[in-house]
Amino acid sequence: MRTVRILLLTALLVGLATSALAQSVTLLNVSYDPTREFYREYNAAFQKHWRTQTGQNVTIRQSHGGAGSQARAVIDGLDADVVTLALAYDIDAIHERAGLIPKDWQSRLPNNSSPYTSTIVLLVRKGNPKGIKDWDDLIRPDVQVITPNPKTSGGARWNYLAAWGYALKKYGSDEEAREFVRKILANVPVLDPAARGTTNTFVQRRIGDAFIAWENEALLAIEQLGRGEYEIVVPSVSILAEPPVTVIDRNVDRKGTRQVAEAYLEYLYSPEGQRLAGKHYYRPSDPAIAKEFEAQFPDVKLFTIEDVFGGWQQAQTRHFLDGGEFDKIFDSLRR
Amino acid sequence: MNGFVWRQPSVLPGFGLTMGFTLLYLSLLVLIPLAGMILFTAKLDWAQFWAAVTHPQVMASYRLSFGASFIAAGINAVFGVLVAWVLVRYAFPGKRIVDALVDLPFALPTAVAGIALTAIYSTTGWMGQHLEIFGIKVAYTPIGVTVAMTYIGLPFVVRTVQPVLEDLDRELEEAAACLGATRWQIIRRVILPSLLPALLTGLALAFARALGEYGSVVFIAGNMPYYTEITPLLIITKLEQYDYTGATAIGTVMLVAAFVLLLIINGLQWWASRRH
Repeated sequence: MRTVRILLLTALLVGLATSALAQSVTLLNVSYDPTREFYREYNAAFQKHWRTQTGQNVTIRQSHGGAGSQARAVIDGLDADVVTLALAYDIDAIHERAGLIPKDWQSRLPNNSSPYTSTIVLLVRKGNPKGIKDWDDLIRPDVQVITPNPKTSGGARWNYLAAWGYALKKYGSDEEAREFVRKILANVPVLDPAARGTTNTFVQRRIGDAFIAWENEALLAIEQLGRGEYEIVVPSVSILAEPPVTVIDRNVDRKGTRQVAEAYLEYLYSPEGQRLAGKHYYRPSDPAIAKEFEAQFPDVKLFTIEDVFGGWQQAQTRHFLDGGEFDKIFDSLRR
Repeated sequence: MNGFVWRQPSVLPGFGLTMGFTLLYLSLLVLIPLAGMILFTAKLDWAQFWAAVTHPQVMASYRLSFGASFIAAGINAVFGVLVAWVLVRYAFPGKRIVDALVDLPFALPTAVAGIALTAIYSTTGWMGQHLEIFGIKVAYTPIGVTVAMTYIGLPFVVRTVQPVLEDLDRELEEAAACLGATRWQIIRRVILPSLLPALLTGLALAFARALGEYGSVVFIAGNMPYYTEITPLLIITKLEQYDYTGATAIGTVMLVAAFVLLLIINGLQWWASRRH
């Protein structure tokens, strides 16, 4: 008799627990390194938004790391509901290698699925002792340049392409652009494998005169390391860096989380999501919100990777794969 | 003629069970992942494999990785014996602390070690700025790579030599001295031969550890192609391009080379202990 009662009680408790579980859902957002602070705040905002909208509790787990290794983790079976990475090439790989998302994933959300953008700027030391004003100063033999290795760091690929695009616009030919980038790379004393390590080299080791960095990382570095120690130099022309986001279709359909995962990404485009992006030094894509942050983001002439390089696949194949332009440049710089 | 015996009969029971577990354990942890790697590499044909593993940039990285690992293991062999000698033969205040310090490179995350070593040995660091006066650059050169590898290999020689030294009979040394041997002769003829097998084991372990090390080395190396790029970094580079087969091809070369070298060292060790 007593056993029956215990069984009944257990059944009741299990039933209650499952119905409570139905009231809550978990998302996994697989992202790259510099978005850590932004998504911490955005997740809290979305949780509140989703609860008022649907009454459901959503728990968001975050994973951060290098964009390439994060994409590989998803390809190898990490159960991500959404990915928010540094460049489209790594998300393309999720389609090509594992078929978890359709080929046209990037056209599913506005602005090439990039709710916020950034650009590439130069960080220099206090008072700008070497008088660095634009990309041209980086080829001077007396200037040391800090940038990570574009073969291992997604961010560094934007740096490299920004310099190449600038030279292409200025001189008009690929040969001269190659020579320009070659001169910059000849001024690089250390190639860190990842962007965060490079900040360490420039800031802690005090190596180098100019640090090529994402605008959001540069602004964050200035904020965290104290104003006045470093200055940002905005070049005349730079690249529009678009870090894209997407739902991982296979995973959300299996887990039944598509609705909340899509809402999670769409909310990035809402005024509140856009404002948080601006607060964390990403350029909002919504022009009205971007206006609120005018003072923070100087006007730069921006070109896109689509315009100048024909998209990520082409840029990657031509410049960064083994035997590409980057390897050729280093081959010619061999000591 | 009964030359080959499959298994020496033993009075202890349980051989089948323990051997079964040993094989299962080794298979799950070592053999299956490694077999997977070789299987992946097999997707390449011979020409592609050869091109991937003999590219000049890869060759330069082998020279650095194997060379620096060997030098680091050699440094540890000399100073590891010295440290073990001090810890075993002398009593001094703080001995327990020094003993514990030896294991620290095992426990500390290697990235932390890499950042700390770089901070000290870069030209602004407090070791680096003095070395710079003599024109010696450590951080961001092959010397820096060797320093990081020496650091992570330190415990191996000390911990393999220490117990052997503890068990060494002092009477042997006293007897040698009574028979008129000089101090140098005692060290060379009595102590070193007994330590040699343990020393070689420590050397092999330190070498293997240095060869596979990634975390601490990439911080101090500077990672310039053809100059300070270690082979594990090139493997990561291949993976970033989603070139899994290229990565496993280089991995296979490292595996085979490391295995052959360890086999040679083990052979030497066997020879040394037999001779003794």
